[in-house]
Amino acid sequence: MKPFDYVRPATVTEAVAAAAQPGAVYLAAGTNLLDLMKGGVSRPDRLVDVAHLDGLDAIETLADGSLRIGALVSNADLAHDAEFARAYPAVAEALLSGASAQLRNAATVGGNLLQRTRCGYFYDTASRCNKREAGSGCDARDGENRSHAVLGWSESCIATHPSDFCVPLVALDAVVEIEGRNGRREIALDALHCLPGNTPERDSALEPGDLIVAVRLPPAARGFATHARYLKVRERTSYAFAVVSAAAALRIENGKIAEARLALGGVAAKPWRARAAEDVLKGVAPTADAFQEAAWRALTDAKPSGDNAFKIELARRIVVRALTLAAAGTPARIPALPASPFASTSGAIHA
Amino acid sequence: MPELNLTSAPAHLRHGSNIGQPLTRRDGVLKVKGQATYAADNHPPGMLFAVMAVSGISRGRVSSLDVAAAKRHPGVVDVMTPDHKPPLAVDPEIKTNPFVFRMEVLQSNEVRYANQPIAVVIAETLEAATEGAALLAPRYETLPALVGLDAGESFVPPVVGVGNPTEVHRGDVEAGLASAEKQIDATYETPPQYHNAMEPHAIVASWDGDRLQIDMPTQGLMLSLARIAELFGIAHDKIHIRSPFLGGGFGSKGLMAGPPTLGIMAAKLVGRPVKLVLRREQMYGPVGHRAPTRQRLRIGADGEGRLTALDHHARTVSSTFDDFYEPAADASHTLYAAPAIRTSHDAVRVNTGTPLFMRAPGEATGSIALESAIDEMAWACGIDPLAFRLKNYAEVEPISGKPFSSKALRACYEQGAARFGWAKRSLPPRQMRDDAGQLVGWGMGTATFPALMFQAEARAAIRRDGSGVMEIGAHDMGQGAWTALAQIAADAVGLDVDRVEFRAGTSDLPDAGIAGGSAHTATAGAAIHSAGAAVIAKLADLATNDERSPLFGAGNAGVTARDGRLIRRDDESRSESYAEILARAGVAEVEARGTGAPNPAAMEEYAMHAHGAVFAEVKVDPELGQVRVTRMVGAFAAGRIVNPHLVKSQLFGGMIWGLSFALHEEAITDRRSGRIMNANLGEYHIPVNADVPPLDVITVEEHDPHVNALGIKGVGEIGITGSAGAVANAVWHATGVRVRRFPIRIEELLTQS
Repeated sequence: MKPFDYVRPATVTEAVAAAAQPGAVYLAAGTNLLDLMKGGVSRPDRLVDVAHLDGLDAIETLADGSLRIGALVSNADLAHDAEFARAYPAVAEALLSGASAQLRNAATVGGNLLQRTRCGYFYDTASRCNKREAGSGCDARDGENRSHAVLGWSESCIATHPSDFCVPLVALDAVVEIEGRNGRREIALDALHCLPGNTPERDSALEPGDLIVAVRLPPAARGFATHARYLKVRERTSYAFAVVSAAAALRIENGKIAEARLALGGVAAKPWRARAAEDVLKGVAPTADAFQEAAWRALTDAKPSGDNAFKIELARRIVVRALTLAAAGTPARIPALPASPFASTSGAIHA
Repeated sequence: MPELNLTSAPAHLRHGSNIGQPLTRRDGVLKVKGQATYAADNHPPGMLFAVMAVSGISRGRVSSLDVAAAKRHPGVVDVMTPDHKPPLAVDPEIKTNPFVFRMEVLQSNEVRYANQPIAVVIAETLEAATEGAALLAPRYETLPALVGLDAGESFVPPVVGVGNPTEVHRGDVEAGLASAEKQIDATYETPPQYHNAMEPHAIVASWDGDRLQIDMPTQGLMLSLARIAELFGIAHDKIHIRSPFLGGGFGSKGLMAGPPTLGIMAAKLVGRPVKLVLRREQMYGPVGHRAPTRQRLRIGADGEGRLTALDHHARTVSSTFDDFYEPAADASHTLYAAPAIRTSHDAVRVNTGTPLFMRAPGEATGSIALESAIDEMAWACGIDPLAFRLKNYAEVEPISGKPFSSKALRACYEQGAARFGWAKRSLPPRQMRDDAGQLVGWGMGTATFPALMFQAEARAAIRRDGSGVMEIGAHDMGQGAWTALAQIAADAVGLDVDRVEFRAGTSDLPDAGIAGGSAHTATAGAAIHSAGAAVIAKLADLATNDERSPLFGAGNAGVTARDGRLIRRDDESRSESYAEILARAGVAEVEARGTGAPNPAAMEEYAMHAHGAVFAEVKVDPELGQVRVTRMVGAFAAGRIVNPHLVKSQLFGGMIWGLSFALHEEAITDRRSGRIMNANLGEYHIPVNADVPPLDVITVEEHDPHVNALGIKGVGEIGITGSAGAVANAVWHATGVRVRRFPIRIEELLTQS
């Protein structure tokens, strides 16, 4: 392993200063970074360990009704927070469908947002990858790319963002609080992740030294609690990334959809908010036809990047199902197989 | 060898014989406490760490390595390369016997497959060696890689598997097909798969002059020892290998491979003990795998649903430099009573590490294709799949015409079907739904695996205190040899299992043969049984020839050994304890050796196979195509069951592997570079607990007087066969979509909704 400096700052300000140096990266739980380092994919000079910083592990309701989640809250603690799961059930379900129980116990909110793609060519240092090494080429483009992006990809990169958590978050207009060299700022989660374009090496809008300190769900996000689901098709029941996933949240008033939120996972380099689909659902009854129409709208711009045309059709079907499940109402308990198509199958046994 | 403190739970104290008791594994407590010493847990004083640098290309040459940069890295002691390595006594390219595979031990800078070792960095710490390997920054002259089942010219290999004929036929297949009322002509594909034992290949090697001490997981202590002796030009008795526990092997730890050999070379180069452990991704290359196959089955049936012909052809791959051919088509030799059978194979050479035996080699790949095709034919004939199999039940082995040494398959079908509730199955597909609207499908497959025997030797002793010793260089891969073989040993010497010191897992013990072919319990068990009988005979000689003994004059045949005593057969009131016999004779212990070996006369006369029937239920989301197995029942007849607890465990493991074969496992190979793109356990999917439904295993009573003295057939591999096909057939029954490329992918099931 490449030798590196390890620093453990006492404050956020110290952390930002330490991480602003070239070659520095933040370390929280390390569930992704350490694997990347062991594989030689990431070779940082300096790890700035933020896992012990004070004040970043709280879940708090703000005066305006927003929820503020500290960046160091673990995925498991957040998902199992009963109040949180009641208010944002699709987010809790997404969290519980991600990774494995052990990983969720360690992995943090901030780290989940910033996890790297699972593209095999990104991980394989013998292959060319523009994201790993700018300008080296993309071996995925004509390679084994059945699981790659169908939206927002470019000729330089067809990787997807693997997070489950981010999908309902982006649907609910989550905001990311960032501490940087010039103080605190915030951006919409939807603006955090970058599409590849010609600069796939850039995953996010973060600048050197920027530290995500919290994720905030605005007051309106609570309005969907009774009609919100996350659905994830995957190749095994646990410890597998989504082939395609969707978060659907509806505010239903007088039998009509007052407001819809829809986002897709596993389809692009970022959690994919489907605003056009949301628009067609506004003010209509929650019917199968409306959901079909929304599904078509959501995937209008989709095109295969390789052997993955099926993902477009699968995504449409997942959109329809997720909306159908959301319309049927959030279940009283998170299913034993969270986000699984088999979640409601009787006799399903908890992982 | 650290002292092994094996335990038995009090609840499992024996009543009657040891064989047949469901003892929990005696090494279980050690493992749970982390006290079982696996190879890589050893740290002899002065030990260094070796890390392999492996090839990024799959064909070409290494044109440069930055050895200087690696050596400059703090902690790096030496860098072993083709130009700087200790000599070997024989060329690793020479195959000295069929169980020797060519290996890459830096004999040249040619690259034949991705992840081939190209250098070894030896350092004071694992981290320094790892970084040293990264700093080598190899450059290559790259040639176009040969990848996939259609790479280059195909050819017919001289043999498949281990010496099986490439082509076998009986009867006139073409005539049988021509006369058939129904015909199936279907092609199935199975992917490359990797053994992925939990414990990576590892070695700790220490040289002391020309003596060599090795800690290394191996399924074949003596085969490994002989290969090491040959490679390094040292006598067998200079080498000591310890392999008390393996964290799985599945065939990949049977034969000496390149990486552990490099560990021994590295230790020799630096003159200090060296540990070399493979990284997970390095296990996708130099330590074997299951080759991909493309299998075409042509089957004919008459108007009654009786097979008229079965033609099974398999295309597979081997490496560009050595030969192992997955004998997939051979799976069609034994199960179904077609009057005409032909099996054949061809192959292409690709840039891959040489394929190898992987749990049920040939049987696993062949079974999923055969069982799918039989299912297709049953449907074509409009007959229930179980009824179809019964209609074509083989009373004698179809390919040879030999009678079976025993075959309780009919009972497996009956008991498995009853437990599963098979009779309620709808004949047509896509008829069943659960209350949530998911498609439900039921499928079945027949399981079979040959009952093999190798050769082994054991040494038994009875000590002055009346306790016993049994020594055999047997291998516990996790299957439970420490327990099952000790049970056989206890019965062999007429003692309780806790009164027998059972020694295994090191190369200085008698040769137990290889732990493979599902034959270890039978082979080692037969040797133990025979050694036990021999030592008891010696003990009986002491007693029956001594006029002071109550057994005097009984003759060897006149006594029986039980509970630490010899007892007159004709008068059970006359007996004497082992301790009394030895004390009076003034002997510290008596010892004897015994052997286990196949019986050629019985093999000539009988076909010997274990059998089983597996039933699976799957649910499939009708729109989204995701599959979930919800129930599996397997009924297996495998001769005598030595330990029902461990046997079930083995069969569960096999059935889960079958599920994995049908739905999950695949090494994704880049079609241009030949590199495996999912060489890690995050992306190379095997089932997680949540994918595995409640499993139900029935062990069907079967007595086989011919296979070996103990009547054991072996259970290590059979569970995969039948199971993979049962799951695949259940997916068809749920959806009406016949997927012929495995694993079954979501996109294949999105065709309709």
